[in-house]
Amino acid sequence: MWLRFKRDRTGVVSACVVLLYFVVSALAPLIANVYGKNPYTLYAREPEYPFLLDDFAMPTGSFGGMSGEFWFGVEPKLGRDVFTMLLYGMRTSLYMAVLVTTLCVVTGVLIGMVSGFFGGRVDYWLGRVTDFFLAFPQQLFFIAFMPVVTAMFVSPQDETPTYLRVVAITLVMWFLGWMGLARLVRGSVLTLREREFVEAAKVSGASPWRIVRKEILPNIVTPILVQATYILPSTILSIAFLSYIGVGFVEPTPDWGRMFAIGADVYEQDPMFMFFPGVALVVFVLSFNLLGDSVRDAFDPKTGR
Amino acid sequence: MSDDVTLPAQQGSASASAPSEVLLKVAGLTKHFPVYGGFPIKRKVGAVQAVDDVDLTVGAGESVGLVGESGCGKSTTGRLITRLMEPTGGRIEYAGRDITHASRRQLAPVRSEIQMIFQDPYSSLNPRQTVGTIIKSPMEVNGINPKGGRDTKVRELLELVGLNPEHFNRFPHEFSGGQRQRIGVARALALNPKLIVADEPVSALDVSIQAQVVNLLQKVQQELGIAFLFIAHDLAVVRHFSQRVAVMYLGKVVEVGDRVSIYSRPRHPYTHALLSAVPEVSTIDEPEDRERIRLAGDVPSPILPPSGCRFRTRCWKAQDKCASEVPPLVRIDGNHEGHLTACHFPEQPTTAARDEDIVLDPALTALEDTGKD
Ligand SMILES: Nc1ncnc2c1ncn2[C@@H]1O[C@H](COP(=O)(O)OP(=O)(O)OP(=O)(O)O)[C@@H](O)[C@H]1O
Ligand code: SF4
Ligand SMILES: [Mg+2]
Repeated sequence: MWLRFKRDRTGVVSACVVLLYFVVSALAPLIANVYGKNPYTLYAREPEYPFLLDDFAMPTGSFGGMSGEFWFGVEPKLGRDVFTMLLYGMRTSLYMAVLVTTLCVVTGVLIGMVSGFFGGRVDYWLGRVTDFFLAFPQQLFFIAFMPVVTAMFVSPQDETPTYLRVVAITLVMWFLGWMGLARLVRGSVLTLREREFVEAAKVSGASPWRIVRKEILPNIVTPILVQATYILPSTILSIAFLSYIGVGFVEPTPDWGRMFAIGADVYEQDPMFMFFPGVALVVFVLSFNLLGDSVRDAFDPKTGR
Repeated sequence: MSDDVTLPAQQGSASASAPSEVLLKVAGLTKHFPVYGGFPIKRKVGAVQAVDDVDLTVGAGESVGLVGESGCGKSTTGRLITRLMEPTGGRIEYAGRDITHASRRQLAPVRSEIQMIFQDPYSSLNPRQTVGTIIKSPMEVNGINPKGGRDTKVRELLELVGLNPEHFNRFPHEFSGGQRQRIGVARALALNPKLIVADEPVSALDVSIQAQVVNLLQKVQQELGIAFLFIAHDLAVVRHFSQRVAVMYLGKVVEVGDRVSIYSRPRHPYTHALLSAVPEVSTIDEPEDRERIRLAGDVPSPILPPSGCRFRTRCWKAQDKCASEVPPLVRIDGNHEGHLTACHFPEQPTTAARDEDIVLDPALTALEDTGKD
């Protein structure tokens, strides 16, 4: 399997890219340290950088103020460093996406397995619950429920701590994110359960737990993985979307999505600001999807020679 | 722990002609699948009588054939015996112990002794497991550690069933249908079973390979002294394999007896019909000229089986009595010992040609008539 994967050049390249993103995000503080900036300081107000922004609060330098000091330029208006903003923004998004995806996958697989394997009444009721959650218009509920969930923990007068926002975003995305996978897993388990190799395992006396683990699970790893590689980038996009419309992360927490919001405000005067977060996002989502395809091929003993 | 399990003493010894010791005894075995219907509240509106009051015995080391048309409940019988399904009624005794409703845990000591070979070589092997894993896992489940390790045992088994032991690490899709079925045989043998239920093990295979696999099973059966319940849908396949044959029709055993009785002296009309469908079974002791019987239509629905004798809708000898009374499975005058038939008006114990062929299919009748002119 590993050998098969290694032979797939697209797969290896996209895996490296994805890995790079994760490493960079994980090491964001370190990199920022070496680079000597952070995403919170308003450099325009610092005495050592007197001419960062012009009179209209736009970056003075060409290409959004790119320079040896500020590799990706300077943020308009506030004058923060774009490079570190992006680093930390990616970090926030990736951590969140990994967390949400893991939760969704685990929940989806569990519910799907249980309803597929046990069938009958269990299946019926779990199916209705899944339908119920599927009936929510996702995007609308993200927007509508974020303040509600937050309000459940903090009174509206107080400042919402960041970790609570994290919890709220996670919860909302988790509750509305697991159904697709549960459906998929249920369907696969339902057909696998009737296959004769499962009966063969039963005849040899295998426990239901062993059958699920050894006979059924290996057969649905591929769809689960592939689905997970779709969920993860789409979660990143959703989080970005939430932040973009202002119900996700708020200032000063650096966030990928909010960089687009800022960028959208100023794109006429400073298109470069959008450039780096945009390219970073496109490259990430693309390579993640490519990685998903390669993983699927690698896991299937029938493809590849 | 397994002190009450019969010891592997008769392995290899109890072969051919000594079905003295009863290994499996099935009495009154019944399986009804409920049929639900109705709106808006679903309720039970009937039952598929897939298996109804079946009696069957298999002696240690004996090979028994179970034959019948498609949908007559053969697989269901096999699945009930291997306890993949819960019987609706009746009793299953294995080596003297009642396993009719035994739970998985209670079944554990006999699990390794009753194995199954499946019909479809494509769905009976897990596509994600290597051949080694597939054959090894029954041993893992039952905690069996053969001498020299499990891997060695797997290689021995592969060799025994005629496969290259070096193919240990291959995946099922790299094998042909016949080879896959051999892998299935190896898996069934991994636990040193005493009884193997083979559910149409060759009907999914190409005719040229069927004989090979049947020969393999026969070899296994004779060398290892394993009792077989061999399920097939025609009498040709089990002919050389089975010492005794049971013929099933619509959930019931209609005739059972030793091979010679069934093939040379059948009494039940249905057995006659099945036999006449077997190509080239003429051997020395049989006249060249054989009877020809063509049955009309399909097997009736097992949800509403005909009253009395279930074969009466397609039987050319049916009379009023057949509709009112269920014929018991008994020994009829002129039958050998152990040859039981369930028919009110049994046929002559011969397979010789009749004055006139029995053709019950209207379309075929028309064809034959035009042909005669
Ligand atoms: N799980 C089930 N639920 C409802 N009905 C069933 C079920 N399994 C089998 N049946 C019915 O029971 C009857 C007997 O089925 P079975 O599979 O035992 O036939 P068979 O003799 O093995 O036929 P074949 O030669 O086609 O394999 C059929 O009418 C079938 O429709
Ligand atoms: S009992 Fe009657 S209907 Fe049934 S097989 Fe015998 S003769 Fe035919
Ligand atoms: Mg069958």
